[in-house]
Amino acid sequence: MTHPYWVAFTSIVYKEVRRFLRIWPQTLLPPAITMVLYFVIFGNLIGRRIGDMGGFDYMQFIVPGLIMMTVITNSYGNVSSSFFSNKFQKSIEELLVSPVPNWIILSGFVVGGVARGLACGLIVMLLSLWFTHLPISNLAITVSVILMTAVVFSIAGLINAIFATKFDDVTIVPTFILTPLTYLGGVFYSVSLLPDVWQWISKLNPILYMVNTFRYGIIGVSDIPIGFAYFMLFVFVVVLGGWAMYLLNTGRGLRS
Amino acid sequence: MANALEISNLVKVYDNGFKALNGIDLTVPQGDFFALLGPNGAGKSTSLGIVSSLVNKTSGTVKVNGFDLDSQREQVKRSLGVVPQEFNFNAFEKVLDIVVQQAGYYGLPRKLALTRAETYLKQLDLWEKRDTAARMLSGGMKRRLMIARALVHEPKILILDEPTAGVDIEIRRSMWRFLNELNRQGTTIILTTHYLEEAETLCPNLAIIGKGNIIAQGPTKALLKDKDRSTFVADFTASITELPPTLVSDYGATLVEGGSIEFHTRQGQTLNEVFACFNEHDLEAISIRPKTNRLEELFVDLTTESE
Repeated sequence: MTHPYWVAFTSIVYKEVRRFLRIWPQTLLPPAITMVLYFVIFGNLIGRRIGDMGGFDYMQFIVPGLIMMTVITNSYGNVSSSFFSNKFQKSIEELLVSPVPNWIILSGFVVGGVARGLACGLIVMLLSLWFTHLPISNLAITVSVILMTAVVFSIAGLINAIFATKFDDVTIVPTFILTPLTYLGGVFYSVSLLPDVWQWISKLNPILYMVNTFRYGIIGVSDIPIGFAYFMLFVFVVVLGGWAMYLLNTGRGLRS
Repeated sequence: MANALEISNLVKVYDNGFKALNGIDLTVPQGDFFALLGPNGAGKSTSLGIVSSLVNKTSGTVKVNGFDLDSQREQVKRSLGVVPQEFNFNAFEKVLDIVVQQAGYYGLPRKLALTRAETYLKQLDLWEKRDTAARMLSGGMKRRLMIARALVHEPKILILDEPTAGVDIEIRRSMWRFLNELNRQGTTIILTTHYLEEAETLCPNLAIIGKGNIIAQGPTKALLKDKDRSTFVADFTASITELPPTLVSDYGATLVEGGSIEFHTRQGQTLNEVFACFNEHDLEAISIRPKTNRLEELFVDLTTESE
């Protein structure tokens, strides 16, 4: 007989996936349109004038970063908006009254966020093939780093939603923290082009490590040590996961 | 057999310092149909919220079916079905999806969940609406949807927080029949309501809560028996302009709008005596009616005293 926890977990994942598929014009279509514009304007029009970056043509250089940017924003956005919407409509109470352990609630929402992040990342990757060639230098690194990144940002999205008390609160972090960190995370340039002090500052940005490791998996070049990037991702998963569990266990923002 | 619900010295102080429960004790035996009554803000929803794991308690113990809320929360949750006061489903989901989804949270395999959902949606006259988004349902249908959702894992105890608020009389009475049948089949039902007629009709036992304290608890009939005053309004063939002094002194009579008389009877006084008094003063009564139902009077008396 199927374990009740497994049924509960698949129920949450099924609901989350069904939600983002049902509203695909809000979830799957926008990253496709935005990224095609990036490919055309930055990759094709401006990139032609820039020439090579890190030994690869500019389009090939920016595509991994743009895929990663898509995965980050969509994993985060899926969980933060879905969980907050559950709070707002009080439908989170369906979970709170039921015997679903908090780690299953966390896992279910995170897998939902990862699913949307990867779905959007895959769409952008397929669209990028119209513009450039992606050699996939190391499949294991490519897949593992994108999965871990999606997990990290899904958990972060859930924490954001737990603290949020109004819809504005779930847009503040993406607008004022995630987007600047992503743009400054080496999506459009190699940090080796920056003056030393800015290189040092850039290396405090965790997204730089995620983008570069993913880029290494696809085209085989990176500005940072790959081993450290994995260590950092692991620490983020553990610390953020622990924090999210603490918040769920104490009922912060969920139970009065 | 363990009681369905045992609450002992339950205290709740909210973060803003408001003390909603002052150490209440409450016992509901298995198979009971129990009402928890009280004015707005008395602590009804807080009490049931704690039992349902929607509110954190400050101190005290709660046992459901013998399971301790602190150490056996999962078993407590499996024993309970919860119908809250406010609609708490995703309004964009379809009716069937909401019920099946909830069954999944309780670990019911999808096939069984679909069968159960069909059973309860049919019993609550919602099967025809199974593919309708919840936001399109009427208020009464939304309440029934929450009942179907709460029953899908077939809990031993059903908690309903004002289940018939805002529904019309016909639907309310059909819900009463449904809940009565459910109780007859062995489900313990605990409800809060503002319709005191509902509590008097359905619930053999009740408790009245006021300002975070239980101010009365016991069998409904016994509580009403203790109530020593009933209020009536009598209409007459002619409009009354002056009250006979005996009616005022013995029955607290007052004139009310339209020339009718409102009066009270206490324990030991009969309506026959009142009619005799009417006859004595040539007052021809054409109708007499209770001003409020007895439970309502008891409720008002007790909650007023507690203030």
